[in-house]
Amino acid sequence: MAAQNFKHALFCAIVTLVISYPILGLNLVAQGTQVVLEGADTATLISIVLAAVAVFLFQLFRDHIMGSVGKMPNLNPFANREPMEQSKRQRLDTIVLTLLVIGALIWPFLVSRGSVDLATLVLIYVMLALGLNVVVGLAGLLDLGYVAFYAVGAYTFALLYQYFNISFWLALPIGACLAATFGFLLGFPVLRLRGDYLAIVTLGFGEIIRILLNNMTWLTGGPNGIGGIPDPTLFGMEFGRRVKEEGNTLFHEVFNISYSGNHKIIVLYLITLVLALFTALVIRRFTKMPVGRSWEALREDEIAARSLGLNRTSVKLSAFTIGAFFAGFAGTVFASKQGFISPESFVFLESAIILAIVVLGGMGSQIGVILAAVAVIILPELAREFSEYRMLLFGLAMVLMMIWRPQGLMPMRRIHIELKKQE
Amino acid sequence: MQDLLYFLQQLINGLTIGSAYALIAIGYTMVYGIIGMINFAHGEIYMIGAYTALITITGLASLGVAWLPLILIVALICAVLVSSSMGWAVERVAYRPVRGRHRLIPLISAIGMSIFLQNYVHLAQGSRNIGFPALIQGGFQFGDPDSFQTSISYMQITIFITTLICMTALSLFISRSRIGRACRAVSQDLGMANLLGIDTNRIISATFIIGASLAAVAGLLLGMYYGSVDPLFGFIAGLKAFTAAVLGGIGSIPGAMLGGLILGVSESMTSGYLSGEYKDVVSFGLLILILLFKPTGLLGKPEVEKI
Repeated sequence: MAAQNFKHALFCAIVTLVISYPILGLNLVAQGTQVVLEGADTATLISIVLAAVAVFLFQLFRDHIMGSVGKMPNLNPFANREPMEQSKRQRLDTIVLTLLVIGALIWPFLVSRGSVDLATLVLIYVMLALGLNVVVGLAGLLDLGYVAFYAVGAYTFALLYQYFNISFWLALPIGACLAATFGFLLGFPVLRLRGDYLAIVTLGFGEIIRILLNNMTWLTGGPNGIGGIPDPTLFGMEFGRRVKEEGNTLFHEVFNISYSGNHKIIVLYLITLVLALFTALVIRRFTKMPVGRSWEALREDEIAARSLGLNRTSVKLSAFTIGAFFAGFAGTVFASKQGFISPESFVFLESAIILAIVVLGGMGSQIGVILAAVAVIILPELAREFSEYRMLLFGLAMVLMMIWRPQGLMPMRRIHIELKKQE
Repeated sequence: MQDLLYFLQQLINGLTIGSAYALIAIGYTMVYGIIGMINFAHGEIYMIGAYTALITITGLASLGVAWLPLILIVALICAVLVSSSMGWAVERVAYRPVRGRHRLIPLISAIGMSIFLQNYVHLAQGSRNIGFPALIQGGFQFGDPDSFQTSISYMQITIFITTLICMTALSLFISRSRIGRACRAVSQDLGMANLLGIDTNRIISATFIIGASLAAVAGLLLGMYYGSVDPLFGFIAGLKAFTAAVLGGIGSIPGAMLGGLILGVSESMTSGYLSGEYKDVVSFGLLILILLFKPTGLLGKPEVEKI
């Protein structure tokens, strides 16, 4: 056994060297037109050797290490507690949610402009993740091209403004409905495909939309994107220094306060917050309606659900369309927040990040998904010093989460009725 | 005559790219056939193969080695060695612990691994694209020298022949060898194969190693053909190869070959007759169309729903 362990450990160490040395230890450097090879600095070489040694030792004493990890006392103090009573839990949920919403409302007045801007972005991702949660978490349809619907919403607003001068509030429902239409049209033929085929078709669809946006230069400006997208107005009030549109008034003039650039940011944040809350509430209602129940039924057991008379296509289609609707919603807000959009913002990585948020949060769980959106967007911003390693760590974190906590931060709690305890 | 020559040229270009896609697609299709997951990091394995080949070629050039076959063979061996080790390690670290869980879990893990590997190479080698020396130059020309000429470069011939050799070897390996037989058994029924005494973990590792080796071969060939590599080199090629695998019917090895060729030809026809910018739109559009009418791909077996 020991000899076998040793052989395996040696093999793993050699593999570590083989996969790290050529890529990390030998750098291709362009000198004029020639490409030459340069050895990496000593620190890199030492860390490669250390990594190999670490892998060797870990594999050699794997059984001991794993054994002692298993024997360690459980670190989670909540692991063995009794589940809370249903009524108590509900009351607690309500209190926590109310406090959170109030906190979110007061918060922008206390912090810097940059943080409010970041919070708006977080809320956009919350909307996206809640929408994708319907498709992936509740209906169990794997959508890898979700960002396409986001792009449809953003571009709808940008183009409507550019050509017809349509304002944010009118563009919001139009963008969302157009995205929903795209979802419906794509979903209609492809939803009868099985899981992984659906994934690749939606992935292809996402790429098609991005390439079209990139190449239809006469309409979308191609890679240069569209700029000058206006901020939302509030009851006809603008937040700039001067009025841009005929018939609008200025916020600071109406309320007779001095002009400040912060007003715009804060109002945009509050509008996004309201829209995100709207998204969360609507989807919450849906999950309690028959259509929401049938999404979950179909996800759990397609054959059983169909034999009980559920129409597979229409149930899946409704989930897909509603998901797309909220992506369009978020897209419109995104276009308005950025003021400039280009196909660069709608690459596959975005889809992957939104999917990661849904899975990290715990598929189907709304609170979990919101928490995960906050974590996934804020943590990389905090890790600015490691900006080079950001995506590397993000990828690694995705893998590690799937290994250690695949059910997500807050797994979904099913709606259930508990039997009363017999006296 | 002119039109025919132009058509022939597009066909040749398409078959070249297509056969390289087929090489990458094998990795997707074999992994899917055995454990039913989409190995999203496969495109990155291919990219790492291309980088290793470039590093080896540059290293040999600085050592003063000038004999072309030696350079190519050493580069090929190094690329296959590094890529297959990478494939093996990725399976061990990121896929084995999550095997058998909900369908989405391995997929997310694979997407994470893909992002990780992309940034690993990005950090080590920079994000710029690096020129790949054109080691194999020259070719044949057909047609009237005053007007359009169809040309086949030696590079294209090399790609064809290498792909042909790899595919033949793979087919023989799968149909004749012990491991190949075990591979087929595992892909039919993993649990049953395990009961019959096949070490399924080893077979799954072997699948990843075979797929990664073929991807490394494709990395060397396409790196030379395109003339440059960058860390994002693998993503779009991986996506295309996966499309090819689905097109041909995922899980089926001849399907991957057919899918790769169809995809390559349709792409080069689009760039030749419409516009190069829309070639990806056409290939994904083709995928959607084929799946609509034949949901299991061209050569895929129809699945029977068992209750």
